[in-house]
Amino acid sequence: MRFPLLKFPLSAPTRPAGVELLPGARRSGADYDTEWARRPLSRYARLLMVEGPIRLGVHALAAPERAGLDRLEGLQGPAIFAANHHSHLDAPLLLTSVPNRWRHRLVVAAAADYFFANRLTSAASALAIGAIPIERNRIERRSADRAAALIVRGWSLLIFPEGGRSTDGWGQGHRGGAAYLSLRCSVPVVPIHIEGTGRIFGKGDKRPRPGSSRVTFGAPLHPVAGEHATRFAGRIEAAVATLADEAATDWWSARRRAAKGESPSLTGPELASWRRSWALGDRRRRAPGRRTAWPRF
Amino acid sequence: MSPRPGFVMEVDRSTPPTLFMHGEGFRLQSLPVGSRIVYPPEALPTVADIDGAIRSALVDPVDSEPLSALLFPGMRLTIAFDDVSLPLPPMRRPDVRQRVIEAVLDLAAAAGVDDVHLIAALALHRRMTEAELRHAVGDRVYDAFAPRGQLYNFDAEDPDALTFVGETDQGEEVEISKRAAESDLLVYVNINLVAMDGGHKSTATGLASYRSLRHHHNVRTLQRSRSFMDQHRSELHSSNWRMGKVLRDAGVKIFQIETTLNNDTFPPPFDFLQKREWEWSARDRATFVASSKALDRAPNRVRRSVFHAVRAPHDLTGVAAGDVEAVHRLTTARVYDQQLVAVEGQTDVLTLGLPYICPYNVNSVMNPILVMSTALGYFFNLYRGRPLVREGGVLIVSHPTPWEFHPVHHPSYIDFFEQVLSETTDPLEVEKTYEQAYAEDEWYRHLYRTSYAYHGVHPFYMWYWGAHALQHLGAVIVVGGDTRAVRRLGFKPASTLRDALEMASDTVGRDPSITHFHAPPLMMADVT
Repeated sequence: MRFPLLKFPLSAPTRPAGVELLPGARRSGADYDTEWARRPLSRYARLLMVEGPIRLGVHALAAPERAGLDRLEGLQGPAIFAANHHSHLDAPLLLTSVPNRWRHRLVVAAAADYFFANRLTSAASALAIGAIPIERNRIERRSADRAAALIVRGWSLLIFPEGGRSTDGWGQGHRGGAAYLSLRCSVPVVPIHIEGTGRIFGKGDKRPRPGSSRVTFGAPLHPVAGEHATRFAGRIEAAVATLADEAATDWWSARRRAAKGESPSLTGPELASWRRSWALGDRRRRAPGRRTAWPRF
Repeated sequence: MSPRPGFVMEVDRSTPPTLFMHGEGFRLQSLPVGSRIVYPPEALPTVADIDGAIRSALVDPVDSEPLSALLFPGMRLTIAFDDVSLPLPPMRRPDVRQRVIEAVLDLAAAAGVDDVHLIAALALHRRMTEAELRHAVGDRVYDAFAPRGQLYNFDAEDPDALTFVGETDQGEEVEISKRAAESDLLVYVNINLVAMDGGHKSTATGLASYRSLRHHHNVRTLQRSRSFMDQHRSELHSSNWRMGKVLRDAGVKIFQIETTLNNDTFPPPFDFLQKREWEWSARDRATFVASSKALDRAPNRVRRSVFHAVRAPHDLTGVAAGDVEAVHRLTTARVYDQQLVAVEGQTDVLTLGLPYICPYNVNSVMNPILVMSTALGYFFNLYRGRPLVREGGVLIVSHPTPWEFHPVHHPSYIDFFEQVLSETTDPLEVEKTYEQAYAEDEWYRHLYRTSYAYHGVHPFYMWYWGAHALQHLGAVIVVGGDTRAVRRLGFKPASTLRDALEMASDTVGRDPSITHFHAPPLMMADVT
């Protein structure tokens, strides 16, 4: 068994890419088989968890405001939900925000090296949020094949194309996974912008600080005939950036800036780190740790 | 299965009792053998890709350049839209106005248009509340424009916000919103629920002042509109079309966007209200019994809140954009496709079950004047060709007709009911003696402009709305209504349908022909 905080040999070794496992070997990471978590009993258990403790927890911690759900009116069949990523709260928040039509037939693309590090976390992730392992540290076809097979079977996919949580409050450039799967399976991508979860439980925080959040759903994006995945990924990123602008200002201002190609970038200005942090304004994270009025001597 | 058309059924001994709406409730009534029942057509199929259809209409309009070619940086763009009176019941979110307005604004953003105003075209109706505006245009549009004062209700009593455009060849004055008249482009976003809506009436009525409206909202015009739903035989429409010509000649550029909805009116659990009785499932029957018993026992306030929370599952059957008249021809044809039912011959007695809602009591009380207007104005006029009931015939209406008014929405209605109707119910006398005083009353004017009240003159228009029917009918009987309120309206009260039919025999003889108009959902009788 492998534990994230312990290194080999105190923890199980990582598996080199391209090496076939011995028959009967216990599998974790990208090899973990999550099929059991999509069987009826597991789905029923997940429904109870999502609609019960997860929803209550999200409400207590993040008090989400959800906007733009009307844009999904008329959308049929499976879809890929692509959101920016600030916090471990994002997946539970979206699981309770995605409309019922997709919510209970939804898998979440989760980092194989983190959520599927050992059999315990793998089972918990697969059961609680319907996670499937996605290899993010090396190029591998199996993750994409597995996700595509599920989409073809009618499952929707929740994916964070930034590939990981934000480290400084700004977003990261989108990778091509969502766009590639959309092109391959001919399903639309629903861009989503999440605001506020980074302040509540951002990367590096030891405990959450309750606050408010906002989830803005965008209009579904369909790949254009002959469009390359990289170009489509750029469109998805631009759509999320427009939603971020909409959340920060208003819809009309965001539309006008988007029409002029002047939507503020998700990744922020290319400046020194303190200026990037300064440019976040009210979106800056509070300093972690205890605050005292006077220094202790 | 494709939707079935409307039809006329003759009642025999195997016919189950028929549903009558009765305000915030419903009843099953047995009609005499040999009576006819006019059933509405089923809901037409809806447009599969609504946003795509809207975009196509803007890109490829009728008798007009594409909308994008009419937009340019630095222009003044005004978007006017129909108010809370449409559709009925209010449709579930997203409202079709929101979809259209967002599509228009997307093009405006791409064209670099900065100066945009959105106006709820409510004429002399009450102002829309924030919640109602949000429902109509959506939160995104509301949050972007309302805080900056660029989304607002039309004010027909603000002299600084009105402009006199000219007169028609018949001397009718045209005075409309100054912002709309002076914009480089006025985009009107309409919902065409019935054939009366839309066309030049959208701007010439929706954005007009009393000075303009009095030329077609009067007894003479409305008595000569046969019917309001047939624009070629409607003096109301002729007057609006003349005013539309004045606007066009004065250089007011209008890009009209008209939408039509199907007649899918009630969501579950009330969807049985739009089914034919013999097709009710066990669940429908159980819902009817449970809900009618519960509603009978509930106080008025509770019943009203239950029904006014209904959001109709209406869906788009078509959208057209471009030149006002060309667009309206297409729209009217679509409305007729959904609503027309061929009926052979008139009837001696017409029965109606009036619903809880009409255009003027959304989130409000259906007071006795609105009962009159809905029955004799709207339902009576849902015909093409000839009225469904013969001249001198009897109209039997089922409605509780409570002596009850919404004090905020309908203050002038209260005085009209107490002061005017206690003296006379003759529309011509009412118009001649009382209209001007109510129209120019400063207190009503103040309430209209600053509160959520209908204009002082509005109850008069409601009374005139029924003037053609009052002239045509031999008697009006209200079943299950408040006796005093019904008598004040000049109608006869009856406790049961059987009593009403017995009373009708005084006017139409012992063996009359009887027809029941099984609405809602809305339909129109094409009477030959």
